[in-house]
Amino acid sequence: MSDTQSYLDMQLLRFTTAGSVDDGKSTLIGRLLFDSKSIFEDQMESVESSSSKRGLDHVDLALFTDGLKDEREQGITIDVAYRYFATPKRKFIIADTPGHIQYTRNMVTGASTANLALILVDARKGVIEQTCRHSFIASLLQIPHLVVCINKMDLVDYAEEAYQKVVSEFEDFASKLEVPDIRFVPISALHGDNVVNRSENMPWYHGETLLHTLETIHISSDLDHVNVRFPVQTVIRPHSDEYHDYRGYAGRIAGGIMKPGDEVVVLPSGFNSQIKSIDTFEGPVKEAFAPMSVTITLEDDIDVSRGDMIVRPNNQPQVTQDIDVMLCWLNNKGPQPRAKYLVQHTTNEARCMIKEILYKVDINSLHRIEDDKEISMNDIVRVRLRTTNPFFVDEYAENRHTGSLILIDEGTHETVAAGMVKF
Amino acid sequence: MRYTLNHLKELEAESIFVMREVFAKFDNPVILFSGGKDSIVLTHLARKAFWPARVPIPLMHVDTGHNFPETIAFRDKLVEKMGVKLIVGSVQESINKGRVAEEKGKNASRNALQTTTLLDTIEEHHIDAAMGGARRDEEKARAKERFFSHRDDFGQWDPKNQRPELWYLFNGKMQMGEHFRVFPISNWTEMDVWQYILQEQIEIPSLYIAHEREVVRRNDTWLPVSDYIQLEEGEKTETKKIRFRTLGDITITGGVESDADTLEKIVEEVAAARQTERGNRADDKRGETAMEDRKRQGYF
Repeated sequence: MSDTQSYLDMQLLRFTTAGSVDDGKSTLIGRLLFDSKSIFEDQMESVESSSSKRGLDHVDLALFTDGLKDEREQGITIDVAYRYFATPKRKFIIADTPGHIQYTRNMVTGASTANLALILVDARKGVIEQTCRHSFIASLLQIPHLVVCINKMDLVDYAEEAYQKVVSEFEDFASKLEVPDIRFVPISALHGDNVVNRSENMPWYHGETLLHTLETIHISSDLDHVNVRFPVQTVIRPHSDEYHDYRGYAGRIAGGIMKPGDEVVVLPSGFNSQIKSIDTFEGPVKEAFAPMSVTITLEDDIDVSRGDMIVRPNNQPQVTQDIDVMLCWLNNKGPQPRAKYLVQHTTNEARCMIKEILYKVDINSLHRIEDDKEISMNDIVRVRLRTTNPFFVDEYAENRHTGSLILIDEGTHETVAAGMVKF
Repeated sequence: MRYTLNHLKELEAESIFVMREVFAKFDNPVILFSGGKDSIVLTHLARKAFWPARVPIPLMHVDTGHNFPETIAFRDKLVEKMGVKLIVGSVQESINKGRVAEEKGKNASRNALQTTTLLDTIEEHHIDAAMGGARRDEEKARAKERFFSHRDDFGQWDPKNQRPELWYLFNGKMQMGEHFRVFPISNWTEMDVWQYILQEQIEIPSLYIAHEREVVRRNDTWLPVSDYIQLEEGEKTETKKIRFRTLGDITITGGVESDADTLEKIVEEVAAARQTERGNRADDKRGETAMEDRKRQGYF
């Protein structure tokens, strides 16, 4: 039973992987899965047979991450793929993003829910334009931890100088990033050095292996447990004899710690009340925190519905119809001047207009481009939105849930842009 | 007090959030119920999501007619316990109406026929969101699924043209006649599902638990003997202690030899397993991209 108990008490780490073409990203993921014994025999057999069909004399670990028919045929990755593995310490979700086509779009998608970004650098090539771009996106999406894997160390004779050179190149550039925690690991994904098992080829490296880093990195403080934010998803009204007058507000806590008795205010109405109970299927709880899904009842009978937000009176988000955001454009078709879109933010929805384009960001140098305001796919732009209803927003840097929004084309219904609030 | 959730609690909170979004965003959602463990976990999560109210979403079962009898008994009991509406789409009826033709031969199965029945039932009941228990770890095509997966008016999935899905902002917008498939337990693995069943003590069909059964060895797996399977010359039936890791049609679901007769033992067995759970599913063995091909056409 003790084994079972330990399975039941693992922490979840979500990370995204970024790298350019041929830097060995698929091989690294294959290696992590393989060395952590997450590959099953039937998967192994299938990859062995694919490897030999392609005339390879070794098992190509990269094939473990192959997916759709077109990808197998063309040897490319098209879309974000999610992969899972677990060690006795943690369960991992990898958002594996392709390195070339629609890069920004895919990486932004994968990064949006990640605790950590894994950036691959080819030890022979050092920090290149794509490394900067990937790191900047990780920083823009406020991923708190960055692990830079300096790969293909086998091709530079496992030399410490080669590793140090990349580290110092990266550190020069990293001063521009807003990532609080950056680590470096020299690896060879192909041979397995420092991925799961410690390398015997690099005795000069005294740091942790990649897996050990992933297993132990401190992530409990990454969520906001200070500023109470409770976007209401739906109202629970059982209409049963037992719960005749029950009126509960269902939602997932986006920030802070909530307790019965807390003074609260409901936005946008501004009505004050107190939390009467925090209910779950298992019974009422004494406190609840992000990212729990709960149902809240209030002392007063006030009108609350989907899209409203329950917060503390002395700690409120901005209530505004004018929102400044960093926008990542995800669609082939750029916006027309003063174009209108549907906008979703927490459980709220409205229409909006892109009122002003302030500047575009050169994602290689982080420079502002102010003379070219034409927006196309994969562009990062700073814009001012005007919404038809007020939204309750925080800066994205403060809270990823209350600071993010998406734009939807009213005609095609495609998600065309992702926005991060920045006052 | 530590303000962290363990992985099962975090996954549970995520799934409950998704199910509540579906309820709030769509007019006519259903929960696809197969009688398998994943859809049972879905119904359990639905009870949590809407408690103390009854689950306000009907269950929908695509009945191939080739069921394990245990599955139907389990379904009916659960529907009664939850007090929800049950919608049944019948493959037999689709065959009778000439919408689909029965496959022939010893490996004949009604698995592929389900797609037509599923899409017909969705259309007939004007369903705009069908929640399913598919998980991304199950299969390579499923690894690329969104939580909210858009289907065109032919019910088709276009994997190369999926909408980007960021944070927990789900885009459920569509044209008339289109619908969504929603996968609340996308991020769960087989292990998570079993751990959760154990932790929550969720009732599951006895088929998952090791039991004696009359079986026949075919395509490297133990197929259960039933009225729907024709024995070939040279094939002989045997009685084995087996259990099923996944449940589909009785004609395509192979069992594994096992002594795991408690939930604890099943979790241990899954932890030690060296084969993927779908390794015993004949429907996935029809080519390298069998799942992708079926999904494109509108399969679960």
